[in-house]
Amino acid sequence: MLLTLLRIGWISLKRDRVVQTLTFLLPIMFFSIFALVFSNQTDPTGRVRVAVVDEDQTDYSRTLVEALGKEGGLRVTSTVADGDAQRPLTRADAEGLIRDGDLPVAVVLPKGVGGVSMFAPATGAAPQVKVLLLADVSDPVAPQVVAGLLQKVAFTAAPVTMATEGMSMFEKFGGAMTPQQKKVLDDWQQSGGALPSDSSDSSAVEMGLPIETINVLQSEGGDTNMVSFYAAGIGVMFLLFSSAGAGGALLDEEEAGTLDRLIGSRVGMTGVLVGKWVFLLLIGVAQLTVMFTWGALVFGLPLASHLPGFLLMTIATASAAAAFGLVLATLSRSRAQLSGLSTIIILAMSAMGGSMFPRFMMSDTMQQVGLVTFNAWALDGYLKVFWYEAPLWQLWPQVAVLFGLTAVFFLLARRCARRWEAI
Amino acid sequence: MDTTPLEVTGARKRFGSTEALAGASFAVRRGELLGLLGPNGAGKTTLIRAIAGRVALDEGTISVFGRTLAQQDPRPDIGVVPQELAVYPLLTARENLEVFGALYGVKGSALRERVDWALEWSDLKDRATEPVKRFSGGMKRRLNIAIGLLHSPQIVLLDEPTVGVDPQSRERIYEMLASLQQSGVAVVLTTHHLEEAEKRCERIVIIDHGAIVASGTLNELLAVSRQAMGAVRLVVKAPADDVERQLAALASAGVPRESVEIQRGSLQDVFIGLTGRDLRE
Repeated sequence: MLLTLLRIGWISLKRDRVVQTLTFLLPIMFFSIFALVFSNQTDPTGRVRVAVVDEDQTDYSRTLVEALGKEGGLRVTSTVADGDAQRPLTRADAEGLIRDGDLPVAVVLPKGVGGVSMFAPATGAAPQVKVLLLADVSDPVAPQVVAGLLQKVAFTAAPVTMATEGMSMFEKFGGAMTPQQKKVLDDWQQSGGALPSDSSDSSAVEMGLPIETINVLQSEGGDTNMVSFYAAGIGVMFLLFSSAGAGGALLDEEEAGTLDRLIGSRVGMTGVLVGKWVFLLLIGVAQLTVMFTWGALVFGLPLASHLPGFLLMTIATASAAAAFGLVLATLSRSRAQLSGLSTIIILAMSAMGGSMFPRFMMSDTMQQVGLVTFNAWALDGYLKVFWYEAPLWQLWPQVAVLFGLTAVFFLLARRCARRWEAI
Repeated sequence: MDTTPLEVTGARKRFGSTEALAGASFAVRRGELLGLLGPNGAGKTTLIRAIAGRVALDEGTISVFGRTLAQQDPRPDIGVVPQELAVYPLLTARENLEVFGALYGVKGSALRERVDWALEWSDLKDRATEPVKRFSGGMKRRLNIAIGLLHSPQIVLLDEPTVGVDPQSRERIYEMLASLQQSGVAVVLTTHHLEEAEKRCERIVIIDHGAIVASGTLNELLAVSRQAMGAVRLVVKAPADDVERQLAALASAGVPRESVEIQRGSLQDVFIGLTGRDLRE
C-alpha cells in the first residue's frame, strides 16, 4: 500500500516540472543569491566608499588623508572632476555626493584639525575643532566603520604628533621629564616613531580625534525613514505577487471561454490587455497607498510630507508591475505554471533588487546586478523620496526606467498573447 | 442583394501536419436550424471558429448575406455561443448581459432593452440579480446563449449548446432556438445528441476529416446512406408477410440478398454509416 502511494507521488513529481523547479531549483537559486551577497566573510563590511575633504591642508591632515587611502576597508575619493582636470573635493561636493546617494559617508578635516588635541579633558575644556563625519544613516554600517578607521589612522599614521602632544600634556600636569626620559623620547621620535608591536590598545579610541557625525539627509528621524524603506521593499515585492496573480485572470478567462468572447468583441486583444493593465495599475496604486497609509498611521511614516514623490513613484512602480504581471500571465500556459514561474522570478528579483535586504549591504557587483530588476529602481526612487528628500525632478531616472519597462513588458505581453488570437 | 445569411465555400485549414478543414462547404438559410454533426476532431469547432473570425482559413471563403469576409472583418451579423460557459461567475445574470452587450457595441437604452429581452427570453428574469455562480448548469447554459444574442445577430452559431443539461433545460433551450428561427435568424448548432438533431434540425450537415460528407434533410441523408452502403430500403406498414412478399419480389428481380435487418431508420444509422465506428480521440 505504502509503495503504491510512493509510486503515485514519484510519477506525479517526475512529470510536473513546476514542482521539480520549486523543490530543487528555487532553493539552489536563493542559496546562490545569498551566498553572492554575503560571500566576503573575511571582510563583512566590504569596501566602504568614502569622500575625504581636506580643508586644513597641513602635514597632519595630509597624513590622515593618505593613511585613510591606504586602508583596505575603504575606497577613498578626495577629488572631483572639474572639466578635464581633477580638483580637491569641497564640503559642498561631499554633501552633494551623499545627497545623491553616490556615497554613504564623507570625512571633512576642517581648518585647524592639525592642532586638535586628542587628549582634551572630557569636561570644562574650550570647544575645539572636530572632524566632521557627513553621513547617510540609511547605511547603518558605513559611518561606524569610517569613524573607527579614522581613529585608528589618527593613532597609527601620526604617532609622533600624538606622542609629542601626549608628552606636553604629561609635563603640563605631571611636571617636567628628567633629561634621561627626554633623551629616550627624542631617540624614538628620530627613529620615525615606530610603534612597538604590542602597542595596539583599544582604550586609545576613547582619547581619539573628536568626531561629530552629521546626518545630512534626515530631518524627521531615522526610525520612520527605516519604516519607509521596508514599506517600499515589502510593498513592491507583494505588488509583484498580486500583479502576477491578478494577471492570471487572463488564464482563468481563457479556460472559462470569456477571453474568447472578449477578443471576439469590438475591443480585440490589444484592448483586452490595455483594460487588464489599467485595472492592475489601479489595484497596485491602491495596494501601495494602503500599505504606506498604514505605515503613516501606525509607524509614523512621513507620508503626508512626501505625497507628490510618493504618488509619482507609486504610479510608475504599479505601472511596471502591472505590465510585468501581464507578461507572466501571457507566458504561462496554466495557473500552476504561472504560480511556479512567478514565485521563482519575483523572489529572485526581490532578493537581488533589495526588497528583502538593503542593496547597500551588498557588494558593488551585486548592487549593479540588482539594477536589472525593477525592484531596485522602484526602491531607489522611494528612498530618494523618503530618505534623500530629493525634489521630484531628481526622480526622473527611476521614473523613466519604470515607464520604459512598462512599455517593454506590455509589448512583450502583447506578443505572447498572439497565441490567443486568430490562428 | 444575396439573402443567403451564411455560405462557406471550400474552407481549408491546416495545423501543422493535421488538416483540420479539407474544403468544407455549406450554407444556411434564413430562419433555418441547421445541425452540424461530426465525430470528435472532425473539424466542427474549427469551422465554427473560422466563421466567427477566430481561425484564419488557408483557403476558401466565408460570405455573409453575399459579402465575402476577410479574417479581420467585424462580424456584427454573427453571434457565437461557445461550448464553454463563458460567463463571469461573480457577476449577476444582468451584469453579465450588460458587460458583454456593451463590449459588443450595444449602448444606452438599446442595451437596457436587449438585457431585459434576454432575461425574459432565457427565463432568468426572476434570478437576474443573483451571482451566476449560484445558477444551475441549465441556467448558465441559457445565459451563455442569451449573451451571444445581445447584439441581435442574424446568424447564430452554437457549439454544443445543450451539453451537460437536464432534459427540461434542454427542452427550454430548443424552445428558445425555435423562437429565434421564427424571427428569421439562421441558427447553426453542433451537437453529439443525434436524436436531438434528428428531431429539431431542419437540415443536417455531417462533417468528417474536415470535409462535408453529407448534407440535407433526414430523409435525404437516409437515402444517401443506403446508397453508400449498397442497401435497399423497403418501407412497409407492419405485417411480416408483406416483408416476405417484397423480399421475394426483389429476389425474382435479381437483387442479391445477403442479410435482412428490420429497423426504423435513424440519424444514428446515417451518422455511423458515413463516419464509421472507429473511436475519434
